[in-house]
Formats: sequence, C-alpha cells, structure tokens
Amino acid sequence: MAIKRLLIANRGEIAVRIIRAAKSMGIHTIQAYSEADEDSLAVRLADESVLIGKPPASKSYLNIEAIVAGAQDTKADAVHPGYGFLAENGEFADAVGSVGLIFVGPKGSTIRHLGDKVEARLAANAAGLPTVPGSFGRIDLTHRLDAIGGELNFPVLIKAAAGGGGRGIRIARNEEEFCRLAPQAAVEAQAAFGDNGIYVEAYIERARHIEVQIIGDGSRAVHLFDRECSLQRHRQKIWEEAPASVVSDEIRNQLCQSAVAFAESVGYCGAGTMEFLYDAEREKYYFLEVNTRIQVEHPVTEFVTAIDLIRESIRIADGGCLLLNQEDIVLSGHSIECRINAEDPANGFMPSPGIVSALSVPGGPGVRFDSMLFSGCSIPPFYDSLIGKLIVWDESRDFALQRMRGALEELQIEGILTTKPLHQALLDDARIKDGEMHIEFLDHWLDKSMSRLTQIRDGEQ
Amino acid sequence: MSTKQIISSLPGTFYRRPSPDQPVYVEEGNCVSVGDTVGLIEVMKSFHEVKSEFDGKLVKFLVENEDAIMAGQPIADLSDERN
Repeated sequence: MAIKRLLIANRGEIAVRIIRAAKSMGIHTIQAYSEADEDSLAVRLADESVLIGKPPASKSYLNIEAIVAGAQDTKADAVHPGYGFLAENGEFADAVGSVGLIFVGPKGSTIRHLGDKVEARLAANAAGLPTVPGSFGRIDLTHRLDAIGGELNFPVLIKAAAGGGGRGIRIARNEEEFCRLAPQAAVEAQAAFGDNGIYVEAYIERARHIEVQIIGDGSRAVHLFDRECSLQRHRQKIWEEAPASVVSDEIRNQLCQSAVAFAESVGYCGAGTMEFLYDAEREKYYFLEVNTRIQVEHPVTEFVTAIDLIRESIRIADGGCLLLNQEDIVLSGHSIECRINAEDPANGFMPSPGIVSALSVPGGPGVRFDSMLFSGCSIPPFYDSLIGKLIVWDESRDFALQRMRGALEELQIEGILTTKPLHQALLDDARIKDGEMHIEFLDHWLDKSMSRLTQIRDGEQ
Repeated sequence: MSTKQIISSLPGTFYRRPSPDQPVYVEEGNCVSVGDTVGLIEVMKSFHEVKSEFDGKLVKFLVENEDAIMAGQPIADLSDERN
C-alpha cells in the first residue's frame, strides 16, 4: 500500500472510527488535535499525535495551513478529513495534494462542482435523475422576479445556491410572497456564504429524507442501498435507519440505480451520499444534493451490508480500484442509529459541555456504540455536540426498535445532559413504531412533548 | 471610581462582532447600559449573547475576539465613571 502513515484531520467519534479502520489495515495513525483535545480518546488511541492549534475550530480543525504543516512534520503520506470541518472544502483537498499527500476523498474539483447546489442539480438532471420541480438555474438580484414568479407552482422553497444546513430557506406560498422573500434570501445568502445566488424548489408536504450510499473509484461506482433520515430537528438529523422501510423494492432499485448512474457520470471517487426527498404518497423521489464525504450515519449502512465503508474509502484513496461488485452487496435486516448529543432536549437543546463523571456502555449482539467517551473525559464547548452514536441491528425493524430500547436503557452517561431521553420518548411514540415520519415531524412533535422529556430526564437524576 | 466586570456564564468561543463582516458590538472606552450586548459566546455551534449587567464605561476587554473562554471568566472591565 502507498498509504503507510495516515493523519486524521478531525476529532471526536469519527476520528476514533477512522483510527480503528486504519489500524485494521496496518496503517500508522497520526491524530491532529487542538489544545482542547489533548487528552481526547482519539489522541490516546492514535499511534502518534500532532498539535495543530488553539481550541476554536477556526484556529485548529479549520486551519488548512496548520493541518498540512502538521501532516508534513509527522511525515504522513495521507490525510483523512472525516465529516464536517474541512471535509467538503475543495481547497483543502487541493492543498493536501499539492504537497504530494493523498486526500482520502474525492478530487477538489469534484467537491467544488457537487458542492454548488445549482451545479449539482444540473449535473443530476443531465444524468437522468429527477429533481424537485423548480427553477433549474441560478437566480440573483439581476433577474425579473415577477416574471419568474408567474411561472411557478406554489408553494415553493427559496434556497441559497451556496447554502447548507438549512440556512436561509424560506417558504413562499404565492407570487407576492416570492417577490418579497426572494431578495431577502439573496441578501442573506450573500452575508452567510458570500454568494447571492438563490434557486427555487417546489415545496413537498410531508416529504421524507431518503439517501443512497455510494462508493466509486473514478470510473465505476456501486451503491450500498438507502437510509431514511427524516427525523430532523431544525434540519439536523437525529435518528437514522437503513433501509428506508417506506420504499418498495422496485422504487429502491430505481433510486439506487440512479444514484450509481449519477456517481459514474461525474467520475466520483470515494464514499459519498446522494440525498433525495421522497413523496411517499406519490412514490416519487427527487434528487436534493450530494455529500462528498463519509457521513455521520454510515454505521447503519455498514450494519445492513457488512461492509466497512471507511476501510473501503482508504483502499480507494490508496489508488486501488473498487473491489466490490454490485451483486456481492446484499441488504440484510434493519439498522437504527440514535445520535447522542451533549444537549438537554427538555431545555431547548441547550448545550451541555463538561466532564463525563461515569459511563456505562451497552453491548451484546447487534449493538454498536461509536463514541469519543471514556469515564472522566472532557466534552469541550468548542465543537459539535455529537458525542456518540448508538447503532443497533436486527432481522426486522420491529426487533431493531426493541433492541434500541434495551440499549438506551443500558447506556448511562453521567455528569452531562444528553439526547438519550429524546430517543426514549420517540421509541414510545406509536407513529415512530409505524414508521410514519417526515422531515417536519420532529419539530412538531417537540412542541408537544416537552413535559414528557422533562419527566424522563428528571426521573433519571 | 469603582470597577465592575462582565463575567461569562458559559464556556466557549468569544466573539466581539455579530458576524465577521459586521462592526464590533461595542468599542473599548464606550458606555454601555444594563442589557446591552457586548459579545457572543459560541457553545457547541449555538450562539448566546453576552449582556452587560451594569451601566458604565467599558474600559477594556480582557479576552480577544475568537478566544476560548471558560464559564466564570471575566470578559471586560467596566467603570462607573461616565463622560
């Protein structure tokens, strides 16, 4: 293998996950860390570590120069970006390549091309994928909004071309609202992303978020089936499943085939995810965007396919071609992931950094806990609140729900508040049991479930 | 002249501006009133405003923009002298 020394340019549970995969391949691991993570699990587990800066992410995990220098100083030959931070930054991928190191992920040009939502939609269309009906092109303040508004079927969503994380999205229910809200969205997009481009999409009521895991080597790609990630708070996923139980085998086949066709049409290299909105009533799916990196929820796919996605993507970055054939990838059983965040769901998801004074982790068959935790570890306030992911597998969704219930009971994290009570309350909801969710479900559910969340939280203390 | 301090109730990253391309909330040497926002603290990607609990002149910030701070750490010195 060309990769012998891998620098991990990330932190938390994903850094731990990458270290484990690299070690299983006999690769020497080097953890890049900020001053706040000096005593983190990733630093403890890695063969070697390198300080890259002060605690705020802008001075460490987002500092391209410091990370590239750290990689050179420790004689790394490859860099894994994980997710978040610089994982979808084309300049970072280029900077790593320009000093002769391997970037574990797609080319910088692919990241830039697919990172622009408007370009990605056009590319998806060209590959034959349906997109949500709307303006296929970019709109900015130079366009006649009344002319565009006259051609739309309302309601529509107005989104930032360079956007992400649900920022700046507005719903316009008629032409007058569109002409009023579109300029606001353009100004906000300029302030948030330095680009005033916006685009328009039809608004689908009760839409589900369904995505397809793909992996490619630049010429050939395969899919690892689908996930449903409709349970989101403020458009942040909190609970994910594989496969999406609402999708029929026929639709699943079409959806996965179109994701592969798209990946191959852009010469996709590495692991990636094609996200879709799904209209369950009409059985129609629409391409939404591509994530050019490994995702938080990749373990549910690993559970139902028995494939190590991190290992496969390192192998491809190493210059190998895809060893997987589509017919060898078989879907088996059902998997669910609950994100454990250091937040108090009973108090508006107030962040809860601090020291984990005691920890008890669930186990047994079909249970996996990916985390950065150990008893006595510190959860710094500077980064994302995700501290762990509880993932279960079973032969059916009903069994998986049951297994999750037991695993959550076993999971004990003391000293900080977490989203565990939220997942316990969701497991008690009949609609979740029936799989009746959509992307706005959780926000509505939370409005009505505060007292229940407080009860569960306080019962534990 | 007596001095008071604005104390951070949260740990995180301190910012003096509402966003990178906007002016600072308050310049050193300017007067602030009770409830005026003097900065932002980012805790796990959520942003919380830091407000003054006193009337007075903000003499000096004790932390730099984008510095890491701990809960209970002083952010700025105030004096009750008003000019």
